[in-house]
Amino acid sequence: MWRALRVLLHKEFLQIRRDPVILRMLFIMPMVQLVVLANAATFEVRQSHLWVVDQDRTAASRALITHFTASGRFTVAGYTGAADAGDAALLDGSASAMLVIPGNFSRDVQRDGAATLQLVLNAENGSEAGVIQSYAMEILRRSAQELTASRGSSRSPALRNTPAIEVRVHSRYNPALDYRRFMVPGILVQLITLIGTLMTALNIVREKETGTLDQLNVTPIRPAVFMAAKLLPLWIIGMVEFATGVIMAVVGFDVPLLGSPLILFAGAALFLLAALGVGLWVSTVSDTQQQALFVTFSLIMVYILMSGLFTPVRAMPDWVGAIAQANPLMHFITLVRAVMLKGAGWGDVWRQLVPLGGIGVTILALAVLQYRKRTA
Amino acid sequence: MTTAARRSIAGAWRTLRAFMGKEIRHLLRDRQTLAILLFLPLAQLLLFGFAVRTDIRSVRVLVVAPSPDHLSAALRARFAGNGRFQLLPPTQHTDSLDLMMRRGAVDVGVLLQPGLARHLSAGHHPQVLVVSDGIDPNTGTAMRTDAQVVVREWQEALGAAVPGVRVDVRARMRFNPTLESVNLFVPGLIALILTMVTVLMTAISLSREKERGTFEVLLVSPLRPWQIIVGKVLPYLALAMANVSTVLLAAYLVFDVPFRGSLSLLLASSMLFSLVGLALGVLLAAVTSSQLAAMLAALGGTMLPNTMLSGLIFPIASMPAPLQLLTNIVPARWYIEVVRGIMLKGAGFALLWPQLLVLLVMLLVLLGLAIRRTSVRLG
Repeated sequence: MWRALRVLLHKEFLQIRRDPVILRMLFIMPMVQLVVLANAATFEVRQSHLWVVDQDRTAASRALITHFTASGRFTVAGYTGAADAGDAALLDGSASAMLVIPGNFSRDVQRDGAATLQLVLNAENGSEAGVIQSYAMEILRRSAQELTASRGSSRSPALRNTPAIEVRVHSRYNPALDYRRFMVPGILVQLITLIGTLMTALNIVREKETGTLDQLNVTPIRPAVFMAAKLLPLWIIGMVEFATGVIMAVVGFDVPLLGSPLILFAGAALFLLAALGVGLWVSTVSDTQQQALFVTFSLIMVYILMSGLFTPVRAMPDWVGAIAQANPLMHFITLVRAVMLKGAGWGDVWRQLVPLGGIGVTILALAVLQYRKRTA
Repeated sequence: MTTAARRSIAGAWRTLRAFMGKEIRHLLRDRQTLAILLFLPLAQLLLFGFAVRTDIRSVRVLVVAPSPDHLSAALRARFAGNGRFQLLPPTQHTDSLDLMMRRGAVDVGVLLQPGLARHLSAGHHPQVLVVSDGIDPNTGTAMRTDAQVVVREWQEALGAAVPGVRVDVRARMRFNPTLESVNLFVPGLIALILTMVTVLMTAISLSREKERGTFEVLLVSPLRPWQIIVGKVLPYLALAMANVSTVLLAAYLVFDVPFRGSLSLLLASSMLFSLVGLALGVLLAAVTSSQLAAMLAALGGTMLPNTMLSGLIFPIASMPAPLQLLTNIVPARWYIEVVRGIMLKGAGFALLWPQLLVLLVMLLVLLGLAIRRTSVRLG
């Protein structure tokens, strides 16, 4: 049995090595993607075009606009007194937001110490709109402070003496709100999922398609040995890719690795069981590489959307969140982020490790059973 | 037109028809693939619609009060009374906040200074720190901002707010006032499904013929290269259009996605985008040597850029300049602009012709390349 496994493993490695195109794709493509995607996957909006509708036209309204341009986040795309032109600019996409300063703005500030502005955002892309809104709010908060200072200059010493609670804010683990710290670990995980599952599914279906699977099935090789020989090389490739990706993330993208690499790789080892198991299952239900690809791709899409990679799992409706608990990718992404960015230890991540192991073993076992049934 | 020319056109049409008949039979006979191709997109739509949300409805908040007093109790009562927050059991130790945040068991922590009430009545300025888990920068900041609002209300009720001018902002989300994520994702989802059906499926179907050697048979047959390509491509075009129609219908019926513009313009643009995808698929099959290589090239070369560099999830304006430049050659970028324009803004041809022109140029270039690469193999 061991000899058969050794011979088969040798054959698998030969097959992988013999195809330089595939090998190159396996290693270079994920790396290129990591570099490109890490830079592309950001919700930070560097510059947006703001259309200003200024019905006030006073020093106060102009100071407000200066606050926007000085922040570096906004450029003024147009400055009018009526809202029509701004509406048209939002429609044709030349402005992504419109700020309406009503005619009584500076009067309200002087008299009541409170004024209302209107901000209209192009919400075609909701996340972008949300981000622009938060930038605008921050700028307005700061200019309100300045207005306070100018308005209350005569009274300010008195203000300082009233007791007040001072509120400070802090973003832990990522004080600079660097989006790459959030995305790079996630993309890394996504890439090994794609490669691990897809390569497994295609590898076996290809043998099916060319008829060599039937040849293998009539040999005295036991199915378990055959499976092990198929999966082990791909598992090793997955681990090597993960290691390369982690090194790239730390060296190339300055993502901290605060926790123990050992936990990270323990998680990867368990996660790959599940990823390969899904690939194996796909290969049992598909007859052609075309089908295998389509099924794998759709599954991975489900995986990724329900993993918390882009949108938080806790924002999903409860029943979707419950289904997401069975998603190995979700547990693995949580684990990678916690270990790398928060320095989580074994005591903190066993809640991810246990389900990862459970899901991995279950999926793999089911896939092997399904494979036997199909071939019997 | 001479009779000979007319006869040759008739002949070309007849051979094309025969070849297309074979392709359609191929597609229809493989029931399993066909079922997958027709139903998976619908399943994906449902998933997008239900699963992809960004607003967290219950923010887990932990109030750390080293010396519990009536002030911290009032703050806790405010959080408990606010439906958006889930108040965790109180604690006196900063360490437990650290531990819980590392485990991801808390979203926002509010740390009160020891002896808060005493300091305040003594006329000092005691401090409150609002800490969020910043791993996900946007979600973290949004949750913290919400918590700050509650803290601010608490301050005002105590009369301990830092006084100042208040500028209120009324924000209005144009074109998608409720920020329904399904409205935002449907255009992108259609682009993804079309890419999958057109680029991937043609690339695989053609490279399978190459791998099995049946492509050589086709090349030595009286079929011309363009006939092979057209015959291969048209059935997939029909399938792609079927997918667009079902997804649009489901989006309309299940999720109430708005349709503000012209349906025929939407379908025409979808057809143009599908043709771009098909030409790309043919080209990929021509330059790769096996199904697996064609697939990996299609995945890496089209699916991922169409997801990540198209503005579907991440705004293009956020990307570094070189990547922004790169998005110009991603077909889905232009198509998504068109679909969003038509569906959400009710834009017409007058506004969208530049995007459509770009897609047309892409189609011509890819088609030229594909036909050249395929015919070169004849020699």
